[in-house]
Amino acid sequence: MNIVVCVKQVPDPEQFSKITLDPVRGTIRREGIPSVMNPLDKHAIEEALIIREKFGGRVTALSMGPTQAKETLQEALAMGCDDAVLLCDRSLGGADSLATAYPLADAIRHICQFDVVVCGNDTVDGATAQVGPQLAEFLEIPHVTHVTGIEFTSERSWIVKRAIERGYMKVALELPALITVLKEVNQPRLPSVIDIMSAASKPINEWACTNLSLAAPIIGLGGSPTKVVGSFEQDIRRGKDILKGPEAEVVGKAIKRLKELGAL
Amino acid sequence: MTTNGEVWVWAEQRNGRLLGVSLELLGKGAELAQKLGVQLAAVLLGEKVEPLANELIAHGASKVYLLEDPNLKLFQSSLYTRLLTDMAQRHRPEIFIMGATTVGMDLAPSVAGRLKTGLTAHCVDLTIEQINNKPLMVAAIPGWGGKIMVKIACPDKRPQMATVKQGMMEKPKADAARKGQIIREKIDVRPEDMKARTIEMVEEKPVGVPLEEAETVVSVGWGIGSEQNIKLARELAAALRAAVGGTRPVVDKGWLPEEAMIGQSGKLVSPKIFISLGASGAMAYAVGFLKSKVVLAVDKNPSAPIFEMCDVGIVADLNKLLPVLVEEFKKVTAA
Repeated sequence: MNIVVCVKQVPDPEQFSKITLDPVRGTIRREGIPSVMNPLDKHAIEEALIIREKFGGRVTALSMGPTQAKETLQEALAMGCDDAVLLCDRSLGGADSLATAYPLADAIRHICQFDVVVCGNDTVDGATAQVGPQLAEFLEIPHVTHVTGIEFTSERSWIVKRAIERGYMKVALELPALITVLKEVNQPRLPSVIDIMSAASKPINEWACTNLSLAAPIIGLGGSPTKVVGSFEQDIRRGKDILKGPEAEVVGKAIKRLKELGAL
Repeated sequence: MTTNGEVWVWAEQRNGRLLGVSLELLGKGAELAQKLGVQLAAVLLGEKVEPLANELIAHGASKVYLLEDPNLKLFQSSLYTRLLTDMAQRHRPEIFIMGATTVGMDLAPSVAGRLKTGLTAHCVDLTIEQINNKPLMVAAIPGWGGKIMVKIACPDKRPQMATVKQGMMEKPKADAARKGQIIREKIDVRPEDMKARTIEMVEEKPVGVPLEEAETVVSVGWGIGSEQNIKLARELAAALRAAVGGTRPVVDKGWLPEEAMIGQSGKLVSPKIFISLGASGAMAYAVGFLKSKVVLAVDKNPSAPIFEMCDVGIVADLNKLLPVLVEEFKKVTAA
């Protein structure tokens, strides 16, 4: 079975408060902010590896981003992926979800005759959760989002459990298909030191747009249907009575103030 | 691309009940339609859901496109996508908005993907603005770094699409006397529509007070520092009969479940008192509690944006402050 897992390098959530926005391009400025693998993508890799363990085959990790994103693919290889492809081209930058899904779909078609594509349900930076379903649309395959569990009833037909608000749905899914997973789906493995060391010697294929077909101009900032048309400052200021000092004293003051405001 | 100008709202129903967010979107949709001088239409899919059409009309829809079929009883990702895509190509609406529910977040990008149009997720507001002499829908979403909101538009592709979380817009008042048109759409089901086939939907009874309805919310950010401190936050919540929520990094860390996430891509809350512990106040988080009556914030960094957004703030190390906070609040509630 040919499995492709999509991963993204994102700014470390611990450092989110340091990120600023380029008000003109609408893209984020993240210089000097450490990067990590998008947390849900580890669950996507784990699920891909589980599928490989069940049915055999190869797992290819795919990412789109700057050269630095090789770090994330290195991590994917250390977890157990067989191959890694980085789609890296300046003309792909500044893309919205549609212009991200389009070249990724093209890359997946070039990687293999795929059976399953696995993605994290969303990323911590954009958080739109749109790329997975749009990738499935461009690949012309069915998909299930918010996946929390899979019953592998047969090799080509699964029962997939997906979360809804206070409940779940069960979906009968025929391959080839795409799934986007939530963290409830599995517990990602931790690579050993040996895994990490042996992954370091595995090659990462770096592809540019010239390696793809890209029949439609749906790439990059220019090929994105959504545009940033401005920004404004939201007035979210409140009374802000800021207290400092010994714990018992500030807590006492805060409670008094909350009572005055009618909150307690 | 020429359009028929209509503003469309996808009316999501589960087990024959309309979701609140769909009615909220009719309020916003009516506003957009009025500014453009066009009709507001709801699109309703399901099995035996015609009675809901009148509810949609009462909440502001001038038209309801009705698609009824036993195959549409449960949400079917591929089938719903194709039917809505076909309809959008036939009727050419100007705007198409959906609730950012777990189902809407699947359907909206699929429809936008197939139509190759622009979709903006989890919008905080939708307005009509003249841009290059064209009236466009402008979606506001939180930016990074402080109080900046970014405006997104889709100038060239149609329909202009957006998703909005439950609780962001006001639900319009129902007027049973309102009149509207119900238009039945033809449905065909093809084999390729059923390759992802929903076979069962289970809705569970909520445990405890849902975050969105809680009068008091205790919310934890990354600065909470440890699972031990989360236990203390839960103790505080128990004393206040509060619901517990938190920021995305805390949820991603696995310290809180997914459904406890507060913010743009999580839940929107509007309690009487919102207590934020150890969150710096990123905009994507802040939009989740803007409608709270009173906000108490604790963080160790005095220049954190959260201190701009609170009524009462405490600059402190949570490791030291939290035990005191729990004890003192317990005394208040016991009294």
